[in-house]
Amino acid sequence: MPNLNDSKSSKEIRHLLILSVVLIVFSFFLVRLFNVQVINEEYSELAQQNAVRRVNSYPPRGIIFDRKGRKIVVNRPIYDLMVVPNELPKPLDTTELANLIRISPKELKGRLLKAATYSKFKPSLLHAQIRLEDFVNVQERLHDFSGIYAETRTVRTYLYPNAAHLLGYVGEVSPELIAKSNGEYQSGDYIGISGLEKTYENYLKGKKGVQYRYVDVHNREVGPYKEGGFDSLPIPGEDLHLGLDIELQVYAENLMANKLGSVVAIEPSTGEILAMVSAPGYDPNLMVGNVRSKNYRSLAKSPLKPLFNRPLQAMYPPGSIVKSLQALIGQELGLIRPESRFPCGGGYSIGNHTVKCTHTHGALNLEESIQQSCNPYYCYVFKTMVDQNRGLKPKEGYKVWYDYMKKFNVGRKCEVDLPNERNGILPSPEYYDKIFGQNRWKSSSIISLAIGQGEFGMTPLQMAHTMAIFANKGDYHRPHLVRSIGITGQKKMKYREQLHIPIKPKNFLVVQDAMQKVVDRGTATTYGKIDSILICGKTGTAQNPHGKDHAVFVCFAPRKNPRIAIAVLIENAGFGGVWAAPVASLMIEKYLLGGTRRPDLEERILKARILPQGIDSLPVPKKITG
Amino acid sequence: MREQKNVFQFIDKPLLWTYVGLTLIGWIAIYAAVYNPQHQNLWDIQQNYGKQMVWIVSSWLIMMVLLSIHPRIYHQSGPLVYLISMAMGLAVAFLGREVNGARAWFELGSFRLQPAEFMKLSTAMMVAYFFANRPIRMDHFGSQIMAGLWLLIPVALLLLQKDTGSALVYASFVLVYYREGLSVNYLIYGLAIALLSVLTLWLGLNTMWVAIPVVLILYVVLAADSRKAFFNGLKLTIPAMVLVSGVGYAFDNILLAHQKQRILVLLGKVDDLRGAGYNVHQSLIAIGSGGFWGKGFLQGTQTKFDFVPEQSTDFIFCTIAEEYGFWGSMLLLSLFGFLLYRIFMIAERQPGTFGRVFGYSVGCIIFIHVTINIGMTLGLLPVIGIPLPMISYGGSSLWSFTAMIAILLRLDSGRMLGIR
Repeated sequence: MPNLNDSKSSKEIRHLLILSVVLIVFSFFLVRLFNVQVINEEYSELAQQNAVRRVNSYPPRGIIFDRKGRKIVVNRPIYDLMVVPNELPKPLDTTELANLIRISPKELKGRLLKAATYSKFKPSLLHAQIRLEDFVNVQERLHDFSGIYAETRTVRTYLYPNAAHLLGYVGEVSPELIAKSNGEYQSGDYIGISGLEKTYENYLKGKKGVQYRYVDVHNREVGPYKEGGFDSLPIPGEDLHLGLDIELQVYAENLMANKLGSVVAIEPSTGEILAMVSAPGYDPNLMVGNVRSKNYRSLAKSPLKPLFNRPLQAMYPPGSIVKSLQALIGQELGLIRPESRFPCGGGYSIGNHTVKCTHTHGALNLEESIQQSCNPYYCYVFKTMVDQNRGLKPKEGYKVWYDYMKKFNVGRKCEVDLPNERNGILPSPEYYDKIFGQNRWKSSSIISLAIGQGEFGMTPLQMAHTMAIFANKGDYHRPHLVRSIGITGQKKMKYREQLHIPIKPKNFLVVQDAMQKVVDRGTATTYGKIDSILICGKTGTAQNPHGKDHAVFVCFAPRKNPRIAIAVLIENAGFGGVWAAPVASLMIEKYLLGGTRRPDLEERILKARILPQGIDSLPVPKKITG
Repeated sequence: MREQKNVFQFIDKPLLWTYVGLTLIGWIAIYAAVYNPQHQNLWDIQQNYGKQMVWIVSSWLIMMVLLSIHPRIYHQSGPLVYLISMAMGLAVAFLGREVNGARAWFELGSFRLQPAEFMKLSTAMMVAYFFANRPIRMDHFGSQIMAGLWLLIPVALLLLQKDTGSALVYASFVLVYYREGLSVNYLIYGLAIALLSVLTLWLGLNTMWVAIPVVLILYVVLAADSRKAFFNGLKLTIPAMVLVSGVGYAFDNILLAHQKQRILVLLGKVDDLRGAGYNVHQSLIAIGSGGFWGKGFLQGTQTKFDFVPEQSTDFIFCTIAEEYGFWGSMLLLSLFGFLLYRIFMIAERQPGTFGRVFGYSVGCIIFIHVTINIGMTLGLLPVIGIPLPMISYGGSSLWSFTAMIAILLRLDSGRMLGIR
């Protein structure tokens, strides 16, 4: 075998082969490098994700003030404890840490495990929303636990334990909303969930600030990204100034203590809501922080339905209070005059059915019919408007009446600046065509509507709003809570707009006269009358198939230049003049005079306890007489 | 004195400047890797770049000293140097300080000395001495055994130190021996063994046990002379079966858990971005995010913020690739390519065997370091902790590579003076 090593060309081949090996390996590396560095773009993204952290700084939400500039809703700091599992001391004294943040060691271990499962290197929430008072203790000992640090946020504090339904509450934004928000909201952000917090979310929330920071492999911040060129400061939310008088609100809630029902008070000249009570209420602070879900569940379970926002969502047949409206529309249509009289005879008969009157009197004129709340009178008025309106068919007559009612927001939302307002119920002529057949119905088919019962539902807000329109003789603003937003000091456009119902002022005057007499010497005199103030009002009483009747009273005062229109509805309280009228009357005194001169009456109402025995569902009134 | 002057006159400048360039690139990369806005003092001796500057300057001094020594000393000192370094290698396995599972360091104050680095140099000298002082025919079995022994001793010592990475370096001597006459078949066998091993780990021992006989049967059936084919095939199949079984056994019983895991990750059989795969994943992110032009000096977020581990030592290439991108990586590879080309060229032009063998040894050692190191950062080879020559932080390795290049330069310049 010849020794290849001896030939010169063999040495040359071996030299070249070794060089080729180097060349092949290095070329292979270059191809790989080109692939990784130039063709594949995923790695740049990954590097960015690794090293740049987006830190949100949360703006404080806007403050909410009442009409006299008193703060109602403010912010306070809370602390979220975050944990980076990898940086925890080893061994970790879990018992001590659990005692410090006041959870069980078992619970703590569970949370730590969950955090470690998510990421050993990234921060997870360990314990949410520690109050400042508690955090002071935690902070002192925090340095013993590396890997645990606190993040500051603000949560709402409601300075009065009142007005929960209208103020609403905030909570963490839901995944569905995050998806819909186009990046506006992120997981963990707070959002207004109900009440004003929801309606005015866009103003209250402010603008989050963002800081981009470089972080190292231990997730420690090591400096600003691109010298902070992409950073922004948080912009605080805009403040809200309400038309609400918190003092009046608190007073009204106290009057409604231990009762079910609603109170709505509106300033007629502006449409601003002065007070809006849903009883029973709850302390809005129950809905703040880590106790919210627990409290919410217990409130939701209560048979008294404290979460139900009665002024906007509970619909009651308006009953006798609708008589003022009937009288007004009848006059405007030229079908009745103040001196029109209809026979009473204790009832109004249709076939074998009789709408009874609760009073015994002869034929009354218009004023007296309101003053004494005569049922048959309004059956005749309704019959005249529907069946005998200048040759119109009953359906057409009903349509005219229906349109007038709609103008008063009966069966139509008031468009208040709160979520979940209900329309109320007022059947359309087409609806009756469907029920009875085309043109096969007339006033007698639907005579309950004449006295505000049957398929007729109004929310307490609508009742109060109607009174505001009466007070202003047809001019009105849509009822609203917020009178000025932020530094612009403007309210929303639709609440600035003055609206008008085309009804002659003299027709209003006749009804106002009658309503004044209701309080002066009528169904509401005993507990409603105030010597120094002229009040126009109307009582109603709802028959409740589930228990005792509901009491209704609507009014406005003073008669000249009215400053307040009120609707009071107390469930299971019987006759409107006995329980509802004094509540309204005391509120008028409070608002216009600063306090009552009838301490005995005030005492009686404050202490009264009007709750149904063992109710399991909200009673729906079917029939109102008055 | 006259000779001294001539020594520097005849030094191979391209190799010298490439070496100096690489050490400086290394220093810049180390500076970027440990850069911290809070500590900007360039010469801070507490920081790796400060220390590395000490190593670089001292390695230049070492080079001056080694260039001044008469080549004859190198020709003759192989056995002594080999003996001393192997003794150190043995000592460190018992007396050394354990770092990352390997007992491979002597600790002298704040500096650590790694005998493994000097064992490479001394083995190169010993192998060169072996070929230069008697006629060696690499096609003879006895010579092959002897040649293998010089490698087996350091490999055994390194395995004793649990320094698998350094042990692997000695595989590169197969190229040196090839140059000295070892049959090309050994390279082919080596490649075949590597391929079979990878296949075994990838497909599993059971699959290979079935696959190899199937291949044999197919070969026999298709061949013209089945009987002859069967016996020829058997000669290959039986060793293959033995090898495959050995690899399977070694993987299951000899390799440590973390080594197994690294191999499984590399083969893509296990997805473990937080554990064994973390280093390579972060390394690829660093390299990949560099793009074509790189992020610029000190702008590498992956390395600056410690996402890449061991970034001033084993993963130093990431820093360069991230901050200087594809063109920077290409430049670095080209420099190494040129260095190796130059070394092999110098080796080839040596009139004596000692210079040639030593030159090839130096070239092959550097080559396998570059291959394993960059292959690892690119996720092509398992994670094996060996330095990138002249670039990685570390005094022992820089001194050792400096000495190899210095001695080669001295041998080469002596050639011009007629010293053999």
